[in-house]
Amino acid sequence: MFTSTLFASILPEILILILGMLVLIVEPFWKEEQRRNVGWLTAGGLLISMLLSLIFGQPGQPIATLGGMVRFDWLGFFFKMLFMFAGAATALLLMDNEKVGRRGEAYLLLLASLLGMNLMAVSSNLIMLYLAIETTSIPLYVLAGFMVGDNKSAEAGFKYLLYGVLTSTIMLYGFSLVFGFSGTADLYQLAEMYKVGELSLGTALAVLALILVGVGFKVSIVPFHFWAPDVYEGAPTPIAGFLSTASKAAGFAVLIRLFFVAFPGRDLAASWTVALAILSAVTMTVGNLLALPQTNIKRLLAYSSVAHAGYTLIGVVAFTQLGAASVIFYLAAYILTNLLAFGIAMAFSKVTGLEDLKDYAGMSRRNPTLALMMLAAFLSLTGMPPFGGFVAKVIVFAAGIQAGYVWLVVLGILNSVIGVYYYLNALKYVYLYRMPNEDEENHPIPLTRPYAIALAVLAIGVVLIGVVFAPWFGWSDAAALNLF
Amino acid sequence: MTGYQFTEKYDWLPMLGISLHFGVDGISAPLVLLTGVVMFTGVLISWGDDHPHVMAGIQDRPREFFAFLFILAWGVFGVFVSLDLFMLFFFYEIAVFPMYLLIVIWGWKVTREYAAMKLTLYLFIGSVIALVGVLAMYFVQYQSTGVLTFDMLAMETAGFPAVFQIIWFLPVFLGFAVLGGIWPFHNWSPDGHVAAPTAVSMFHAGVLMKLGAFAALRVGIMLLPEGAKYWQWLIMFFAAVAVVYGAYIAFVQMDFKYMVGFSSVSHMGLVMLGFSTLNRNGLLGSGLQMFSHGVMTALFFAVVGMIYDRAHTRQIPELGGMSKVMPFAAVGFIIGGLVSMGMPLFSGFIAEFPIFLGVWNEQWLVAVIASISIIITAAYIMRNIRQVFYGEMPENLQGHITDITVLDKVAITTLCLFMILIGLYPAFMAPMVDTGVTYILNLLHP
Repeated sequence: MFTSTLFASILPEILILILGMLVLIVEPFWKEEQRRNVGWLTAGGLLISMLLSLIFGQPGQPIATLGGMVRFDWLGFFFKMLFMFAGAATALLLMDNEKVGRRGEAYLLLLASLLGMNLMAVSSNLIMLYLAIETTSIPLYVLAGFMVGDNKSAEAGFKYLLYGVLTSTIMLYGFSLVFGFSGTADLYQLAEMYKVGELSLGTALAVLALILVGVGFKVSIVPFHFWAPDVYEGAPTPIAGFLSTASKAAGFAVLIRLFFVAFPGRDLAASWTVALAILSAVTMTVGNLLALPQTNIKRLLAYSSVAHAGYTLIGVVAFTQLGAASVIFYLAAYILTNLLAFGIAMAFSKVTGLEDLKDYAGMSRRNPTLALMMLAAFLSLTGMPPFGGFVAKVIVFAAGIQAGYVWLVVLGILNSVIGVYYYLNALKYVYLYRMPNEDEENHPIPLTRPYAIALAVLAIGVVLIGVVFAPWFGWSDAAALNLF
Repeated sequence: MTGYQFTEKYDWLPMLGISLHFGVDGISAPLVLLTGVVMFTGVLISWGDDHPHVMAGIQDRPREFFAFLFILAWGVFGVFVSLDLFMLFFFYEIAVFPMYLLIVIWGWKVTREYAAMKLTLYLFIGSVIALVGVLAMYFVQYQSTGVLTFDMLAMETAGFPAVFQIIWFLPVFLGFAVLGGIWPFHNWSPDGHVAAPTAVSMFHAGVLMKLGAFAALRVGIMLLPEGAKYWQWLIMFFAAVAVVYGAYIAFVQMDFKYMVGFSSVSHMGLVMLGFSTLNRNGLLGSGLQMFSHGVMTALFFAVVGMIYDRAHTRQIPELGGMSKVMPFAAVGFIIGGLVSMGMPLFSGFIAEFPIFLGVWNEQWLVAVIASISIIITAAYIMRNIRQVFYGEMPENLQGHITDITVLDKVAITTLCLFMILIGLYPAFMAPMVDTGVTYILNLLHP
């Protein structure tokens, strides 16, 4: 029963679980001032887990394991690696956050939600999928409201909880309808059901709409995006970064597997791609337009992350192998870039305690390296070479044009022009404006070791994915192949 | 015979047909030289001057300045030598963003924020519209040949359907030509030139505008020749308007730097006019004009920068008598002026004469109208030489103005030498450009 394939298919999850227990055991024995070291343990443990998974847990031909609950393929594996990397970076960024970093529970919750994300990426059964989504969400609700006594954080946690519970209930209703109509909860059997006509077009579309509510909340596409700015602003900054990257990517992992695998019929796909195209257009436009007037960097990044969900959707809408590969590539580039952006916001506010764009005035004089990294992150978000965002955007747009959605791509391009405006505007504060009191520019912004390591790795990653893009695209393409 | 030399090719992303494919032809080789020359002189100009009355050179955060300047040069060189459409686009975008930072951080305090943002948005919109066209070409090429490739040599022979070429020519050509300062999308350029620091103005007018014209030629005309033939009249109209209108606006400018900025629009209009002829004379002239104008306008901006650093004003009526304190700069500006007017023995004549010949062959009326610009150019150049370099120096400037530095003189000499060399001995460059033109004509009339 316990074959090596079964073991390999959930190896990363097993390792994360062991790591979580280790954190629980070790933490009480450390003194208060040493507890920040749990962050080193978490990040290091995750990197070792990635390494071990790469050595022992590589998938071969796609197969179902655990009685059809889990799909063991490159698509899931690639996403797992991305999530674990994001988790390690987040753990490092958490360490020097006064209210969060010294409490072992934070790292445990992070690992728990990571476990859920990993399962989201591989679930091939609706029940498993729902469990995975809840495993991801519940620790994140707690983490968003982790800063006790901080009203904004409490608001963030509660808001996230209410939105999350509501949307996941609607999604669960959708799941139950699917099961009721078709008699199966397995994604791969569902596709068969539709092909032989057990599931009618109308039913399938209605169910998809319900499911989209839940997934749309995760990836923050427009009618379901209202939580994002408030939660990002109130939550501890590294958690906001984690929400906007790994959590969003997990949502997309579910989205593409669910839509591409379970509902692929020609007329069916024609319907939902059009619906998603409209959602994508609205998401990009609303996200970018609302980002324009923002003055708080976390709110700016929140709306920009909404806009990026819109760009990514273009790849889903294309519904081709290139489209799926472009989504995965885009997410990889986006995870690195946005974690870098949030990491910089965190490093800056740790020293200064400030989060408004105007407070970034004179930053390039106070810490040129940090300013340069911010330049890399924001230009990558804009979609400028030689950073990851450029290649990702070109490939997504290429997928859109290949599938004949020229109008959507043109809209995406107009939106990136809006993006150019507000990203460059933020950089203007960093590089051009002086502080009101120019003497204060002599106050440096020191980076502690975890920040320095995490930010350096992320910045190098952002450049690497934008210049040597062939291996990344190769992996994305191999992952996308599993969908067709 | 492909016409490309020094080619290097490495696979970069074989799955999508992206390769690192570099090489130069007769059109791009002079532009590579131009980039090197302007970069070299631009760095010399930015060196600075210790004199207390002089605000020359880059004093604030020079490390960042030169780093961004070199990123800019990286992008520019990349565009000129790329034979892969994806990499061409990649480098093109790299050339756009450092511009924003260079202008906004080290630019003229009054207009830099406005001008830098305007420039970036114009160029970004233009380039991404061209990108849609490029992607469309990529997939249509795939449908007809079954090979995914961004390689321009493959695309040249892909034989796009005529209707496709006619639809996509305008977005591609105009998208790139925005950076070439084509009317009616030229508005960013004088503002950008004026707001930029001296070295960046030189680079910008001297090289970056060529980048737009070059990409429009390489991607628009060479890959979509049927579209070029169909829309020839429109490009010719736009270019002719730019030539005359740019010269006229330059004539009425009171600000020295705006005058040079609009003269660039006028001269780049001549380049586009040469493109629009689609015949040997016109294209040859355009190829030479890109080099000639690049060197000349870099010289103009360098001299304007030197004067502004010392007099702290650029209003032409407030200047005068500069030849007494900086004779070297005056001689340099006069040589540049003669090039600008198209005087024989200087590179401007060698470049402009074939353009007008080519235009006459296609449509004599346009040649007549465009030649009005020569008279206007002569008028504003000579007026400025008289007012700024000769005449009385205003009292408030007397005693404050110092001579330019040795490095400035080296830069001026370098630039002047190229203009005179080509004027006296056109065979230095014309045959090389001609091989590039032959290759383009083969694509246009197979």
